[in-house]
Amino acid sequence: MNVVTPFEGIGASLRRKEDFRFLQGRGQYVDDINRPGQTHAVMLRSPHAHATIDRIDTAAARAMPGVKAIFVGEDMAAEAIGGIPCGWQIHNKDGSPMAEPMHPALALGKVRHVGDPVAVVIAETKAQARDAAEAILVAYTPLPAVSGTEAALKPGAPQVHEAAAGNLCYDWHIGDKAAQEAAFARAARVVKFETTNNRLVPNAMEPRAAIGDFDAFSGDYTLYTTSQNPHVIRLLMGAFVLHIPESKLRVVAPDVGGGFGSKIYHYAEEAIVTWAAGKVKRPIKWTCERSESFMSDAHGRDHVSTAELALDAEGKILGLKVHTLANMGAYLSTFAPCVPTYLYATLLSGVYATPVIYAEVKAVFTNTVPVDAYRGAGRPEATYLLERLMDVAAAEAGLDKVEFRRRNFIRPDQFPYQTPVALQYDSGDYHATLAMALEAADWAGFEGRRAAAKAQGRLRGIGISTYVEACGIAPSAVVGSLGARAGLYEVGTIRVHPTGSVTVLTGAHSHGQGHETTFAQLVADKLGVPTANVDIVHGDTAKVPFGMGTYGSRSLAVGGSAMDKAMDKIIAKGKRIAAHLMEASVEDVEFERGTFRVAGTDRTKSLTDISLAAYVPHNYPIDEIEPGLEETAFYDPKNFTYPGGCHICEVEIDPDTGRTTVVNFTAVDDVGRVINPMIVEGQVQGGIAQGIGQALLEAAVYDASGQLLSGSFMDYTMPRAGDLPDVGVATHTTLCTHNPLGVKGCGEVGAIGSPPAVMNAVVDALRDYGVRHVEMPATPQKIWGIVNAHRIAAE
Amino acid sequence: MYDFAYHKPASVADAVKILAADPEARPISGGMTLLPALKLRLNRPSAVVDLSGIAELRGVTRKGDTLVIGALTKHYEVATSAEVKAAIPALAAMAHTIGDTQVRNRGTMGGSVANNDPSADYPAALLALGATIETDKRQLPADEFFNGMFTTALEVGELVTAIHIPIPEKAGYAKMRNPASRYAMAGVFVAKTAAGVRVAVNGAGANGVFREKAMEAALAANWSADAVAGIKVDPSLLNGDIHGSAEYRAHLVTVMAKRAVVDAG
Ligand SMILES: Cc1cc2nc3c(=O)[nH]c(=O)nc-3n(C[C@H](O)[C@H](O)[C@H](O)COP(=O)(O)OP(=O)(O)OC[C@H]3O[C@@H](n4cnc5c(N)ncnc54)[C@H](O)[C@@H]3O)c2cc1C
Repeated sequence: MNVVTPFEGIGASLRRKEDFRFLQGRGQYVDDINRPGQTHAVMLRSPHAHATIDRIDTAAARAMPGVKAIFVGEDMAAEAIGGIPCGWQIHNKDGSPMAEPMHPALALGKVRHVGDPVAVVIAETKAQARDAAEAILVAYTPLPAVSGTEAALKPGAPQVHEAAAGNLCYDWHIGDKAAQEAAFARAARVVKFETTNNRLVPNAMEPRAAIGDFDAFSGDYTLYTTSQNPHVIRLLMGAFVLHIPESKLRVVAPDVGGGFGSKIYHYAEEAIVTWAAGKVKRPIKWTCERSESFMSDAHGRDHVSTAELALDAEGKILGLKVHTLANMGAYLSTFAPCVPTYLYATLLSGVYATPVIYAEVKAVFTNTVPVDAYRGAGRPEATYLLERLMDVAAAEAGLDKVEFRRRNFIRPDQFPYQTPVALQYDSGDYHATLAMALEAADWAGFEGRRAAAKAQGRLRGIGISTYVEACGIAPSAVVGSLGARAGLYEVGTIRVHPTGSVTVLTGAHSHGQGHETTFAQLVADKLGVPTANVDIVHGDTAKVPFGMGTYGSRSLAVGGSAMDKAMDKIIAKGKRIAAHLMEASVEDVEFERGTFRVAGTDRTKSLTDISLAAYVPHNYPIDEIEPGLEETAFYDPKNFTYPGGCHICEVEIDPDTGRTTVVNFTAVDDVGRVINPMIVEGQVQGGIAQGIGQALLEAAVYDASGQLLSGSFMDYTMPRAGDLPDVGVATHTTLCTHNPLGVKGCGEVGAIGSPPAVMNAVVDALRDYGVRHVEMPATPQKIWGIVNAHRIAAE
Repeated sequence: MYDFAYHKPASVADAVKILAADPEARPISGGMTLLPALKLRLNRPSAVVDLSGIAELRGVTRKGDTLVIGALTKHYEVATSAEVKAAIPALAAMAHTIGDTQVRNRGTMGGSVANNDPSADYPAALLALGATIETDKRQLPADEFFNGMFTTALEVGELVTAIHIPIPEKAGYAKMRNPASRYAMAGVFVAKTAAGVRVAVNGAGANGVFREKAMEAALAANWSADAVAGIKVDPSLLNGDIHGSAEYRAHLVTVMAKRAVVDAG
């Protein structure tokens, strides 16, 4: 009847509405936008990791054809343009705030990493801007540089900032140290493990781009930018950098070709083109080149950690102690300080009932590109550390690695479960996801496959990872108390048009996630409007009331919940209108998927009847209800959400070349209620591709002088289709208990759960070689080194 | 890209004339190497002479015991040519592994040979097969043509016009790819030819593609994977980078040599 046919609501694997344009090359990305009178900007970047700028001579460049303007750091400083702000303040153990050195949009007197922008050239064409940039003479005096995470804290290390003595950004801790020490004193066994979490370059398919536009008559600025959160950019750039009131600044993030975190942050180039557009009174477009991306997009991960696990005689975990160094790069990017603290150390309990945890984290400055959140952000680092440690501990305690995990799992009857590191998990069933994954991966049959591979000269290994993560970020009051300088609610507006179609305005932003489809499904499910009649609007501060954007797998859990709340308001108002039209009392009106009904009767009104009445209020309770049918809700979550599950990986190693091939991958994830199973599968597979990339392939490598050796795809190993197996994805649902949709989030689970599963498989494959640990990425060269060392030792 | 003049001659003679008049001009074939270099502003030719309109540079023919491959022949054409597949299957198979579909449909044998990238595939094949490189002026044996990394015997303005490859009794190729670039990190081409056994190594040498004489001798005596299993090239003659140290490459050369022999059958 009024139910949408075929079913398009929650649980339908609807094809993605947005793919119609994306697959035909008809997306509208920032670089596709051209403003009348547009000029082009090129950034001149530092070739040095660390140097003083003695002099910049732009005279010859200014005289070149087409050049409109050239600006350097001093030009911005002269107008009191602010530094690029950091959105999160961490406090040291002693309560003092972290070191937060100024981050000028264009370098002032010093450059601090290869790629640090020194000048911007604005010209009629991009080629002219490039030519002129080459003609700028910069006299640098190179300074000693530091790039390594551990090297940064060594006495005598080159100082990246005067305002950060010893390169220390903060020295932070969480948990109960005395309780941890007491637990360790009682332990039958303590297992210690050290590891590095490799630095990654996100490499979204679409490079960053920005267009600054200024209307001299209205005084309005517009920034088109490749952002995951245009309102946040408007807030940060308007309030802290350029001092433009929100009412005079519009930020548009149109189609965006992938973000993975790297497009959350407010970048210098956005402020530069917006400010400069006001100076030259012409629109200015800047589009990043791929090699420029390598040295200017925020990198991810880069931790060095030591973990110790205390066990009792039965293999039960008594406590965990972690010490981590985190590389912030040369400047603090928007979310950087919270990644190795509140998105990392709070996850160290994992899926285990660990009674006590104490973690210390030191963040350091280095002469490298800033490091910030990258798909998973902190949670992959925590999961990797813990899940490798679990394998190492199981081996040393002589326990079966699956049984060891099971023995320590948080049981289903323990939820809500309070960890010793701040989080309270609301729901989950780790035994169930484990059992499903073991079955799907044919764990029991592995030894047979191993023997078959061995007969052909290959080393086969199997690895498991059982994980939980915290996403759907986040309760504003909680993150505020932890140092966030913003709230993390989300906003949804439901606009029911007179004839019943719906426009949704959401503060979430889609850059690959498929919101135009899944969000429409939420409306179809609740209001009974076919998805074809539901349009999702996002990414424009002039259209959407407000929003905090998309990252931390928050779009559905927070943004979707805001929409749900707004739909509740639509239904509540609709019931009052329906009660009037059907001459019933409001309490007697029921609503289900598009139909208002007087309970127990066959008297009904459709949503369209109601919307029409609301906009053409001839017969309408005008004294009691306003016309129109549009509602907005701000939803601030009560807690994080806690997706979790089990990943199992099987690899084969060619001992002659050291090459590792992933031959099987099984993922069973609990992402809460599933809105669109096909999209969940795609999100999980994409995350696993990046997880396999981190485990086997990817590494941002700096030499000691701060030069980026893996600065292009010739040397940075992006995973390709051929590197990946068919990934079997299944879900097992326990509902989130505190949001109205019961959803948890699926955007990051793949990247969080998979790296330790892969590395546990690699170590397992090398079990005859006496290997305790292999660092990521497990490149052929590294694996061959292990095989070769073993061969030499054997001879 | 910097500005440059563009010419599209219809004959080798015209192309050579334009190049002779302007030593800063560069020929372009598939552009798969030159175009990225231009875009990255690593190269600043005054003019680009597009060879793609020259019909006489195209085509694969068999002349007795020799395959003649026109310089403009694309990797895709080599990979799928019935003539190449019948005469030197290892060469067709090699062409099929160069770059990706787009690269194979633009890149040419002449361009690859003229470029002599130390990690490129064809130089190893041509050196091992004892090919002759024909230019607009002369005929050069591969042993004299390939002169180290990105260096050949070509003079400024001289064009590769065709490659003559004696058909071997058997040949095989194996390479370990650089995980990032997918070019060869160590590759070995083995050929049993009328002139004897020849083995060429690409991807690994500090001075570009080279012949591995010890392996040639061993295979001449005993054509089997075991014959080369114990032969290790001196790492001090090899290249090292973040993906493969000289030691690792030396090891790979041995492994790839074994596999190339197996591939040859
Ligand atoms: C993504 C990618 C992956 C690749 N992977 C591989 C790989 O795995 N293995 C491999 O071997 N190669 C690889 N290549 C290189 C590719 O094979 C090139 O096509 C080849 O090396 C050059 O051929 P071209 O026709 O494109 O030459 P061009 O780019 O047109 O020219 C290359 C150079 O040769 C000169 N030149 C061109 N034609 C002639 C001629 N007839 N006479 C004299 N000089 C000439 C040009 O002036 C220039 O200096 C890859 C390239 C790319 C872009």
